[in-house]
Amino acid sequence: MMPAFSSADWAAVWLTFKLAATTTVILMIVGTPIAWWLARTRSKWKGPVGALVALPLVLPPTVLGFYLLVAMGPHGPVGKFTTWLGIGTLPFTFPGLVVGSVFYSLPFVVQPVQNAFETVGERMLEAAATLRASPWDTFFTVVVPLAKPGFITAAILGFAHTVGEFGVVLMIGGNIPEQTRVVSVAIYDHVEALEYAEAHVLAGGMLVFSFVVLLMLYSRKGAKVWK
Amino acid sequence: MSLPGSARSPEPHGIGARFKLSWAGFDLDVDLELPGRGVTALFGQSGSGKTTLLRCIAGLQRADQARLRFGNETWEDAEQGLFVPTHKRPIGYVFQEASLFPHLSVARNLAFGQKRIAPAERKVSLEAAVELLGIGHLLERMPETLSGGERQRAAIARALATSPRLLLMDEPLAALDLKRKREILPYLERLHDELEIPVLYVSHSPDEVARLADYLVALDGGRVVAHGPLAEILARLDLPIQLGEDVGVVLDAQVGGVDAQWHLARVDFAGGSVWTRDRALAPGKRVRVRVLARDVSLSVAEPGPSSIQNVFSGVVESLGDDEHPGLLLVWVQVGATLFVARLTRRSAAQLGVEIGLRVHVQVKSVALME
Repeated sequence: MMPAFSSADWAAVWLTFKLAATTTVILMIVGTPIAWWLARTRSKWKGPVGALVALPLVLPPTVLGFYLLVAMGPHGPVGKFTTWLGIGTLPFTFPGLVVGSVFYSLPFVVQPVQNAFETVGERMLEAAATLRASPWDTFFTVVVPLAKPGFITAAILGFAHTVGEFGVVLMIGGNIPEQTRVVSVAIYDHVEALEYAEAHVLAGGMLVFSFVVLLMLYSRKGAKVWK
Repeated sequence: MSLPGSARSPEPHGIGARFKLSWAGFDLDVDLELPGRGVTALFGQSGSGKTTLLRCIAGLQRADQARLRFGNETWEDAEQGLFVPTHKRPIGYVFQEASLFPHLSVARNLAFGQKRIAPAERKVSLEAAVELLGIGHLLERMPETLSGGERQRAAIARALATSPRLLLMDEPLAALDLKRKREILPYLERLHDELEIPVLYVSHSPDEVARLADYLVALDGGRVVAHGPLAEILARLDLPIQLGEDVGVVLDAQVGGVDAQWHLARVDFAGGSVWTRDRALAPGKRVRVRVLARDVSLSVAEPGPSSIQNVFSGVVESLGDDEHPGLLLVWVQVGATLFVARLTRRSAAQLGVEIGLRVHVQVKSVALME
């Protein structure tokens, strides 16, 4: 019997993709300067900031989700600010999910990019400076091409990790179809309703997706990307 | 061509460098006026501060106290808060390791710096840089496919292609084996002979310094212990400690003639001439001759028949300590040229060596540097 794949499930798949894509784009923009700072600074704040960025790796998603819910709620500082801006509060909206996902997947983007920046090394920057390249010029013409493998790894991990998130979504997004109901939540719903066939389709899809992503990642290892 | 080593004192168009910095276990404290042309060697052991000084001049290293003037431009003045960043200084820099951009071909590495300078300032064409370093056949290659020597030549060409007004070289040969060194040295000598760019050359190799430098700055423990024209400094008493086995003098000379029968070439210097193995040198060609103290012996009486053919008459000019207490360095004036001989103190005492004594200088071998 071919299990049903309802339009609600399709909506969940599309929403998951949209969330992961949006989050990845934002993370690349936000994560790159953080990674650059972490790779280059000699400040005493390097340790604390590095630990803060890495927190989502070990924290239960519910903890992160709980604090974000409080902060973005009507009485939280972020919530007051967004209300003042006239856009209401963020929990239980798609933008709220994006904010949560950005925090949740931050280390998966920052760390590969930071490693790549560290691998590029001080010497390449110095060589570029002696060849008349300004720091911005050097960043785009030397650092980015040399760190490209790190950027690709970061984008893949950031995307995949966002697709796989559940706890944070549940805490701050709830389960609103076409708004916040992503695949992982949809699977949970199906199982709760004992709709194992439907759950199988989505869960199997996630399994294949995750495996393919990791396969891409591991097959790339060792390839000289700048060629 | 001007004679390297001929009286060439720092001129007002030169480089004024004053740097002071302190790290744990290391202080750099220099105040130098350097010539604005020719090759100036920054010479010293590792830890003497020569690379740090070069990095300060490039703006790659900030110092606590800094004042740097190039010609009549001020590049750095810590008191006035003036610091021209590296990418705005008209310098070329060659690192110890070639440091080519691995994601760019040799041609694009060369173009990287060149396209960032104004067309009006492009005095060294890409073609000229490529030709000078002999890398025309490597242009399409990626850096990782080059040998160490080829990489370093490409790096030198890349620095030259920015038409630098000052070329800074940090031990460009140190990471290479002897064979690769021999491969690059001729190119460096061409650089010296064909370009008008002043060069600051960091080295701990007396051999490289003797071949390439016109002016020498000797550094030790972050301080300048001596500086001046090469021949003058090499003839000074307080440097041998650093040169060790390589104490010697460098003579500016000219190929005078060839004895085809015995395959020997005569090389004339101010005050005499030496015979050396003929290496197909054209008569009239300017060469440098290096005579190491350990290859020079002295005799008070006219030497009898001997296997040593190069004998000069001279007067003991000065005496100096060598690094070993049993050894003595003796400077002998031969015409306008100073030789240095390494003797044991015992033989010096037996010969009665003292300042003003007439001696015969016997030179066992010389090294010819084209």
